[in-house]
Amino acid sequence: MSVKAIKAKPHSFRSESASDKALDIVVWILVLFAAAVTLYPFLYVVSVAFSDGGAVARGEVFLLPHFSSSSLDAFGMVTKYKQLWTSYGNTFLYTILGTIANVVFTCLGAYPLSKRSFFLRRPLNFFVVFTMYFSGGLIPTYMVVTGIGLYNSRLAMILPVLVSTYNMMICRSAMSSVPQDLFENASLEGASEFYMMLHIAVPLIKPTLAVLTLYYAVARYNDFFNAMLYLGDTSLQPLQMFLRRVLILSSSEILQQAGTAGAAAAAQNTLKIRYVCIVLAAIPIFCITPFVQKYLVAGTMLGAVKG
Amino acid sequence: MRNASQTIVHSAEPGRKKTLGQLISRDRHLMLMFLPVFLFYIVFCYLPMVGIVMGFENFRMGSGFSGLFNSEWVGLKWFKQFFDSVFAWRLIRNTFLLSFYSLIFGFPIPIIFAIAITQMRARRFAKVAQVITYLPYFISTVVVVGMMTNFLSPSNGIVNQLIVKMGGKPISFMSNPAWFRRLYVISGSWQSFGFNSIIFVAAIMGIDPSLYEAMEVDGASRWQQIVHLILPMISETIILLLIMTLGNLLNVGFEKVYLMYSPAVYETGDVISTYVYRQGIENHNYGYASAVGLFYSAVGFVFVMASNYLSRRVTGSSLW
Repeated sequence: MSVKAIKAKPHSFRSESASDKALDIVVWILVLFAAAVTLYPFLYVVSVAFSDGGAVARGEVFLLPHFSSSSLDAFGMVTKYKQLWTSYGNTFLYTILGTIANVVFTCLGAYPLSKRSFFLRRPLNFFVVFTMYFSGGLIPTYMVVTGIGLYNSRLAMILPVLVSTYNMMICRSAMSSVPQDLFENASLEGASEFYMMLHIAVPLIKPTLAVLTLYYAVARYNDFFNAMLYLGDTSLQPLQMFLRRVLILSSSEILQQAGTAGAAAAAQNTLKIRYVCIVLAAIPIFCITPFVQKYLVAGTMLGAVKG
Repeated sequence: MRNASQTIVHSAEPGRKKTLGQLISRDRHLMLMFLPVFLFYIVFCYLPMVGIVMGFENFRMGSGFSGLFNSEWVGLKWFKQFFDSVFAWRLIRNTFLLSFYSLIFGFPIPIIFAIAITQMRARRFAKVAQVITYLPYFISTVVVVGMMTNFLSPSNGIVNQLIVKMGGKPISFMSNPAWFRRLYVISGSWQSFGFNSIIFVAAIMGIDPSLYEAMEVDGASRWQQIVHLILPMISETIILLLIMTLGNLLNVGFEKVYLMYSPAVYETGDVISTYVYRQGIENHNYGYASAVGLFYSAVGFVFVMASNYLSRRVTGSSLW
């Protein structure tokens, strides 16, 4: 389904009746309500993050920011805090390397599974799909990952989530819809399987790969679970672990390092600091998502319709 | 699995049948290509399945992975201990209810929203609204729970500030067992309704415009079009997604519950996966935690199989 189709208007030439008018009103209310409910929390967070500390403490900020000379205090404290940049850097490292590894190995796995002539195709498909039905569970997985020495290793953010079976199945479906004679012709001319994957299969499923890349990148960026299980060392931890400490466990580490430990400063900046952290964490996601909208629509259809 | 029947036709090469050695030599590049993924599945998916035997053993951490084979065998002791404990019923109930309420309240909203979006005449605004409602889906669970925790904070959260302004008393939402499920369901719905509506929007847009025209000629209002045309046309999508959701019914997001809950709300918030985490990783009762985890995996297996069977019966296509 393309963006163009959404523009299509099936009911443009009917005479208006009262009930149709009523429908229009209901539709407007529903959609406006949905958009407002979605946007308001973000707007509020940004407003608090950049408002006057006193106004925030008195509970005067509800929608728009109340600017003052101290608006940027919390922003300054957060951005001067070294640990934030360490975890930000770690997150970008895990996201970039992890996504590359995810996409490469998803293609490497999906291509043989999509080749109809491959004599191991059916057993290997079963081998892969079975893991979607049944898993060893958290504890045995934890034992294996720590047992092979991945505890407090950066690889723990990449290897245990090297491929997602669901995404690989999507990739396999896309590759198996590539006309098989293309491969047959190429192999008659002496092309190797690696060459065919790289120069025939991958270019023809680019839209699918774009969606999978997005899914993988978001998953790597947001990965908290593996970090919590396998990374005890704060210097290795990604942004999500840092955010959990500040937002949920109410750690006051940023205030402390800023040195303004006075009660007044603490009251004025505690909430602002947390909301600045949310803003900083959400910026990359908010920058990317609107641009990949058209791929998203295609991607969801892939997951649900093909199989 | 439309390709299954074609496979046989394709793999039967004209002429004689190849021996295994010939097949291996012909497909060696494909096998080499698959090797890393194969190793991944062996190490991170199948090896843990072997580790399930821990659930029947008195396993100790110091013994490492080889401890699997020389730990004391205790049979069903851990399972008995779990089902005799006061936790079993509470955990199963909490796990089930969290999923069930998420389904009941979360499932219809994307459908209603999709219908509203497609009925909007201001197409440009409809598109903007759609993009806006996707956004929360990509925000991490940590941030969503973090926002919720701070908005609902009894001391400086905006919700309680409003309650106090209106003359009420602050409520400790996050540490009140009565609120846990509501907050879990509402925040989950908030995060995913826009994204989940995509597929319904696509299904509605796929309806042949001439069907609308035919209904208009018959004098049907747009309300009647929704009830008698749109809903029947997307019913297959609805049923398919419902079945898929049922398959994952007990797959409660560990991460979100873990980030949201505290001992104060265990009564309604503690689910099987968080209990396994606490018993295994925090308290080092590996055998016991593996046994509970195995029970959980087994129930999940039954649900997925059932949903796949249903899907095949109802729509003629299974998930994989």
